[in-house]
Amino acid sequence: MNNFLQARRAGLLMLALSMAVLPLLMVNSFHYDIAIMIGINAIVCVGLNLLIGYAGQVSLGHAGFFALGAYASTILTDSYGWPSIVAMLAGALLVGVLSFIVARPILRLKGHYLAMGTLGMGIIISIILNQEVDLTGGPDGMPVPSFVIFGWEPYGNQVWYWIVAIALFISVVVALNIVESPIGRALRSLHGSELAAGTMGVDTLRFKVLIFVVSAVMASLAGSLFAHYSGFLTPTEGDFFRSIEFVTMVVLGGMASTFGAVIGAAILTILPQILAAFHDYEMMMHGLVLMGIMIFMRKGLVPTISGWLRRKPS
Amino acid sequence: MSAQFLQFLFSGITVGAIYALVGVGFSVIYNSSNVINFAQGEFVMIGGMATVFLSAAGVPLPLAIILAVLAAVIIGYLVEKLAIEPAKGSSVVNLIIITIGVSIFLRGLAQVVFDRNFHSLKAFSGTEPIQIAGASITTQSLWVIGGLVIATLVLGWFFNRTLTGKAMLATSYNKDAAKLVGINTGRILQLSFMIAAFLGAVSGILIAPIALTYANVGVMLGLKGFCAAMVGGLGNPMAAIAGGLLVGVAEALTAGYLSSAYKDAVAFIIILLVLFFMPSGLFGRKEVDKV
Repeated sequence: MNNFLQARRAGLLMLALSMAVLPLLMVNSFHYDIAIMIGINAIVCVGLNLLIGYAGQVSLGHAGFFALGAYASTILTDSYGWPSIVAMLAGALLVGVLSFIVARPILRLKGHYLAMGTLGMGIIISIILNQEVDLTGGPDGMPVPSFVIFGWEPYGNQVWYWIVAIALFISVVVALNIVESPIGRALRSLHGSELAAGTMGVDTLRFKVLIFVVSAVMASLAGSLFAHYSGFLTPTEGDFFRSIEFVTMVVLGGMASTFGAVIGAAILTILPQILAAFHDYEMMMHGLVLMGIMIFMRKGLVPTISGWLRRKPS
Repeated sequence: MSAQFLQFLFSGITVGAIYALVGVGFSVIYNSSNVINFAQGEFVMIGGMATVFLSAAGVPLPLAIILAVLAAVIIGYLVEKLAIEPAKGSSVVNLIIITIGVSIFLRGLAQVVFDRNFHSLKAFSGTEPIQIAGASITTQSLWVIGGLVIATLVLGWFFNRTLTGKAMLATSYNKDAAKLVGINTGRILQLSFMIAAFLGAVSGILIAPIALTYANVGVMLGLKGFCAAMVGGLGNPMAAIAGGLLVGVAEALTAGYLSSAYKDAVAFIIILLVLFFMPSGLFGRKEVDKV
């Protein structure tokens, strides 16, 4: 236990340090842009990892929640003139309620059926965002008003970097606390064997629903931040491929590893920038990298590498 | 029955037949491996695109069709050999990501080998529609429906009358027991990918004259085929056919009477309703956890 707390404190320290040091290495606003996108994706992945990595429940529809948060923020500030923070919280509340309603029937499903259920939910959200042109601007997207916090309007990528960094740090702390709480233990027990957990008196469905809602709300908040940061929003943020991207980040970083989720988000956010050098072959390379990682590093980066380190103590 | 309703029914059955063929591909692969192949729609794309490009290059249509199907079947084999087999024993999520990786790769490949444009294929036997009770049906629709009927009959014969087909069924019931009686389950898995690729390519060729074909055409078709397979109950090819027709007809009726904007959502709304109320599909067996 003591070891565990130490590992956790070391992890948080590492995260804070790398976030503090990173600006020294970044020279232009393009670098900042990538760092900010890593942070936003990482917030979604830290939440999604609670669901996939700890509770063992797949979701192929979380981009839907991300996009709902983004659109709620945009529409409420733009068309109704709500303050950004209130709109953001309202979006999170909306997503929380929606995910709570769909969670019960969806999380009764298992394996491929669960994958199909969440996939269907995500695609329906995406189709609505595409079709309700009056509300969302349809496939052409819509501009997003700038973010205002108590009269202060953050401007420029350097300021946004710190906003996203702080938001990510809070998300990681919250996720680590959930994992260490009785809820986290219940989640791990039902990941191991849902039937056994149920027999031992764990209300498995209740915990699955709870963590589903938590991960959806985190995706929604990240979506709101993204909308205000990017200044323009299109429905592609909520499509099937975005959902897959989030899941891949979580699996790549390593299941049931909060810091792994952050690393997975970082790698897959940078990857397209590197692959852009392949021009026409970019998509093929992307597909190959996904296959390769999943075939050769089944458990994801962080667990695989820490496995190596443990085997050969230096 | 009003002529309008009949018209919607015809178009629903036509597109439903395509979903059915794709759905059967899902079921066949799922049966032999428990893998959901998210690259299933790409076989449809390969069939359509290869036929379009071969016939544009001057190859006679029947030969172009045979070559396109052959190409898809070879790719199906390679997908199993190079992407699925090395990942043996992976978790459900890993396999989903691998097949999505395959799907992205094949779409990228199609953009390089073919192009990024929309293409249309000439109808097989003229464009003169046939009138039935006030509604008209194109001859190409008849080709599609005929294709589904033939595929159903052949599959039924294959699974019930041939040794290989029976071996596939045995593998789907119990892989270990199948191995014990000497069935090479690895070969069965390769065969199932080739059958799925064959069905996908055929449906892609049949639908190409009706809908446009392009490098990303398989994405939505694949997902709807997945719905078709699941509405019927995963792992039952005949149920996938019923599921495909159901989804196709519901879609056409929605587009006709309610809203064409939400046509694409119909398949997913159906699948959610089915999953919520009948978690193993309309004709599925109930799964029980063994401890």
